[in-house]
Amino acid sequence: MKTVIVIGNGMVGYKFCEKFRAHPANASYRLLVFGEEPRPAYDRVHLSEFFENQDAKALELAPASWYVDNDVELITNQRVTDIKSELKEIHTMSGDSYSYDQLVLATGSVPFVPPIKGVEKEGVFVYRTIEDLEGMLAYAAQIKAIKPDGKAAILGGGLLGLEAGKAVLDMGLEPHVVEFAPKLMPRQLDARSSNVLRLKLESMGMQVHLGKATNQILGDKVIEGMDFGEDDQLDVDMLIISAGIRPRDELGKTCGLEMGTRGGVVVNNKMETSVKDIYAIGEVALYNHMIYGLVAPGYEMADVAVNQILGSPEVIMPEEIDMSTKLKLMGVDVASFGVPYMPADKGLSIIFENKTKFLYKRINVSHDGKTLLGGILVGDANDYNILHQMYLNNMPLPDNAEELIVGARGEGGSAFGSAMDLPDTAQICSCESISKGAICSSLIEGKCNSLKDVISLTKATTGCGGCKPMVTDLVNETLKSLGKEVKDVICEHFEYTRQELYGIVKVKKITTYDEALDKCGKGDGCEVCKPALASIFATIYNDTANKEEVIQDSNDRFLANIQRNGSYSVVPRIPGGEITPEKLIVIGEVAKEYNLYTKITGGQRIDLFGAELNDLPAIWKKLIDAGFESGHAYGKSLRTVKSCVGSTWCRYGMDESVSFAIELEDRYKGLRSPHKLKGGVSGCIRECAEARGKDFGVIAVEGGWNLYVCGNGGATPKHAILLAEQIDNETVIKYLDRFLMYYIRTAAPLMRTAAWLEKLEGGIEQLKKIVVDDSLNLAEELEIEMQSLVDKYECEWKQAVENEEIKKRFSHFVNTDERDDNMVFVPMREQKMPEAWT
Amino acid sequence: MESIASLYTAVDPNKVSVWFKACKVNDIPENGGACVKYNNKQIAVYNFKRKQAWYACQNLCPHKMEMVLSRGMIGDADGIAKVACPMHKKTFSLETGENLNGDLPSIATFPVKVENGFVYIGFSE
Ligand code: SRM
Ligand SMILES: Cc1cc2nc3c(=O)[nH]c(=O)nc-3n(C[C@H](O)[C@H](O)[C@H](O)COP(=O)(O)OP(=O)(O)OC[C@H]3O[C@@H](n4cnc5c(N)ncnc54)[C@H](O)[C@@H]3O)c2cc1C
Ligand code: SF4
Ligand code: FES
Repeated sequence: MKTVIVIGNGMVGYKFCEKFRAHPANASYRLLVFGEEPRPAYDRVHLSEFFENQDAKALELAPASWYVDNDVELITNQRVTDIKSELKEIHTMSGDSYSYDQLVLATGSVPFVPPIKGVEKEGVFVYRTIEDLEGMLAYAAQIKAIKPDGKAAILGGGLLGLEAGKAVLDMGLEPHVVEFAPKLMPRQLDARSSNVLRLKLESMGMQVHLGKATNQILGDKVIEGMDFGEDDQLDVDMLIISAGIRPRDELGKTCGLEMGTRGGVVVNNKMETSVKDIYAIGEVALYNHMIYGLVAPGYEMADVAVNQILGSPEVIMPEEIDMSTKLKLMGVDVASFGVPYMPADKGLSIIFENKTKFLYKRINVSHDGKTLLGGILVGDANDYNILHQMYLNNMPLPDNAEELIVGARGEGGSAFGSAMDLPDTAQICSCESISKGAICSSLIEGKCNSLKDVISLTKATTGCGGCKPMVTDLVNETLKSLGKEVKDVICEHFEYTRQELYGIVKVKKITTYDEALDKCGKGDGCEVCKPALASIFATIYNDTANKEEVIQDSNDRFLANIQRNGSYSVVPRIPGGEITPEKLIVIGEVAKEYNLYTKITGGQRIDLFGAELNDLPAIWKKLIDAGFESGHAYGKSLRTVKSCVGSTWCRYGMDESVSFAIELEDRYKGLRSPHKLKGGVSGCIRECAEARGKDFGVIAVEGGWNLYVCGNGGATPKHAILLAEQIDNETVIKYLDRFLMYYIRTAAPLMRTAAWLEKLEGGIEQLKKIVVDDSLNLAEELEIEMQSLVDKYECEWKQAVENEEIKKRFSHFVNTDERDDNMVFVPMREQKMPEAWT
Repeated sequence: MESIASLYTAVDPNKVSVWFKACKVNDIPENGGACVKYNNKQIAVYNFKRKQAWYACQNLCPHKMEMVLSRGMIGDADGIAKVACPMHKKTFSLETGENLNGDLPSIATFPVKVENGFVYIGFSE
């Protein structure tokens, strides 16, 4: 058995392992991998997402079990310190040595830190690993606690620097980008597009300083500012350096590999270094005198190295490497492809610029007007994928090439035709090298039936994700051509999405479930469409769950959560978690009288468990008489609006979070929705109410409230995302009305707000347009609808205890008053619990 | 636990020896169910108005041995009348008792007849 050792478990090192184990000739090899970082390889390209969710697991390229299942011996937290190429062995930090037959260097790169005086000061960071980000987050929080208007600078206005700028903005500090060159993203943009981008970024609160050479970092031990020479200074509390990368080639030096003059291990088109049996791939490899700071060429190198080692020598690196990029910077599209800019003797340019809309588009065409050489898009890169494909595949240009970037092109009137017009060989996903042919044939041959299938079979879109729109188009178009329609229908009884059904019910004024089945469904319904329609009726007519009890989910039918032994729980509403001693006493008395297990919930209220069905009306009568209402703990509806104590007591509080939480909880109580809804209000950015873990979260800041939406805890935790900043109470309510109503109208059944936002085309930017800018001209309608639901609110438990007909529902048997004799409780500490399930 | 389940065996409509007068028709909600006590048995009874049919089965869900099936939602799967357990939404055919979305043991079903506004359930003992 031969041994291949890989040094470095980053993106490219991981891809090497994946491709190695997928190669048919891999069986007789042992694969041993060393990684210096404490965790298995993760997605560095999407590193910035860590700021949003701080979920390192979500970034993992593969879980630890993948390595085990695929026979890859991964040793993390272990740096390789030396290569003895004559002995064919390597040495590690902990003093062990291992022999190899072939060695692959995939050590990546490190951020380049320019030798500026003072860079060692506290508060200066680089941006490359999860640990870097954790450091920044902790530091930023420290600054904010003492200085709410803190500033952070980013050294470097390239692609990564601007991404770091966004991170700074998200951390709540004022971002300043400092660039040495006279323009932003100097490698990708020309001066005019850079200027458009700059204007746009400035309009969003980022400050841009161009043509600045930093002389010195100011401050004692801790950074306080940057000095640009003469009298030019910038006060900052934090600095992120993003001034390019340097290959991690120190191992190459120790064993005499040929190196580039500015670093990097020299490789040929087989990824071979100057020493036999040592290969280098990824950002440590110098190919064609270049380090490619992108993941796609790295993946291709990994593929070449695998094939070279496993006996397919014909697979080599292409001469030309495509460096096209498309990204979203703070919600602004920026893309460049091919040759982005060039002198006039090389080709001709068509340029469209509209500074009022922060739009810039440029394409470069050959002198004969026949081929596309490259271009730049700022502000709107919707056409990037197709332009990029035209460039890559040398496709003929239309007679009026300007139509590619200007002119009113309505639906179907596109100058390009569709993605389906591309040749089969067109490479759609360059990270994973997946062609159009591969995607379409996987569907045509029946191996796949959906976008999800295609992604899991081909891995397309799993790299940088830039090709996702095009892959989606191809999948949908192909499925359509095969006569298969793609739709999220409710169930076998209703061939509509929830949103469509909502529209139908409203337009046809359908008010009962049977009517819905007769008018637009078929069969006799089921446990999926019944509650879905119940929820739709509730949001259109504000019926409580008492109206048509048999189409309610069992919990809604009995207005309580069923427990393990068929008993129920009772959760009175305690808005904002605020409760008087008198009411606490009532809860205690009721619990005692009916022998209920009592617990403080995670939602800041009190749950009384173990109530028998027959006792529910009497229990609720007592609670209602004492002023309580249903807490809707059973419903797909508003649960709680959690609150911290806020400025009424807390020395840091910036506003009265409890008062506002109570106001919000009272406003939206009883509001039924596709899934449950939770809110939170925190009195300051310390965020004790965990508002950003809720479907809507409100946090007091200087000058108002910040409103966050679409977060949740639960099975797939997501932090809520900023929707609007520094707004007053009325505006929070206005935006919430619009947001909630729009969600309720358009989400699928049992889809929480976070999942809904993920599906919403255009994401948070689109949501902002709808809610804040009223781009759909819908705001007023949504507000009116919400207000009418608020006005019609009734406590359904009050309805129940006051109505003899409804009360009859709460009896275990219809032919006797006896209780369920199968229900068993056993002691639990000083209370009781249901007998365990076997 | 086994013993509770063994209390319930399906009754063939042709072998009914006792028609138990369980309740009035309007004690059971339309297109829903409720529970009837017969000696030491708990029987779920459904008024499946849409199908113009009545069904009865054991109230005991074989999944976790809870007395809850009468509180479940009813409906159909490819035309077969079914009930979904309120606990974990296991579904059972009301016609054959078979578990439609898993391989749990079947539930026992019982014949039902309606006369003069009363609901009768058929037993063989
Ligand atoms: C009682 C409580 C646990 C506790 O003792 O603290 C609880 C209990 C239940 N939770 Fe919860 N959750 C409780 C707080 C939470 C929280 C914490 C919070 O609200 O801050 C979460 C995470 C936050 C979130 O939802 O984003 C939480 C996430 C869930 C989930 C997962 C939701 C998700 O989107 O992934 C479910 C399952 C579901 O809803 O489908 C769930 C479902 C349930 C159910 C309803 C399961 C069920 O159907 O029986 C439990 C019923 C309890 C009952 O009978 O009353 N519970 N549950 C808490 C009641 C809070 C309240 O006062 O209403
Ligand atoms: C914030 C950010 C955003 C980015 N965005 C994009 C983008 O949008 N598109 C794009 O194409 N690219 C992007 N990149 C670049 C992309 O992440 C890199 O091209 C890619 O990660 C390179 O992979 P690699 O395996 O060569 O290096 P790395 O991913 O850096 O992996 C190298 C690994 O080797 C380990 N290592 C080094 N020396 C040793 C040793 N002696 N012993 C053991 N282990 C060692 C390192 O700790 C590291 O884990 C981005 C990078 C960052 C930081
Ligand atoms: S975490 Fe699970 S077990 Fe605990 S209360 Fe919530 S749903 Fe029930
Ligand atoms: S107890 Fe009925 S499905 Fe689990």
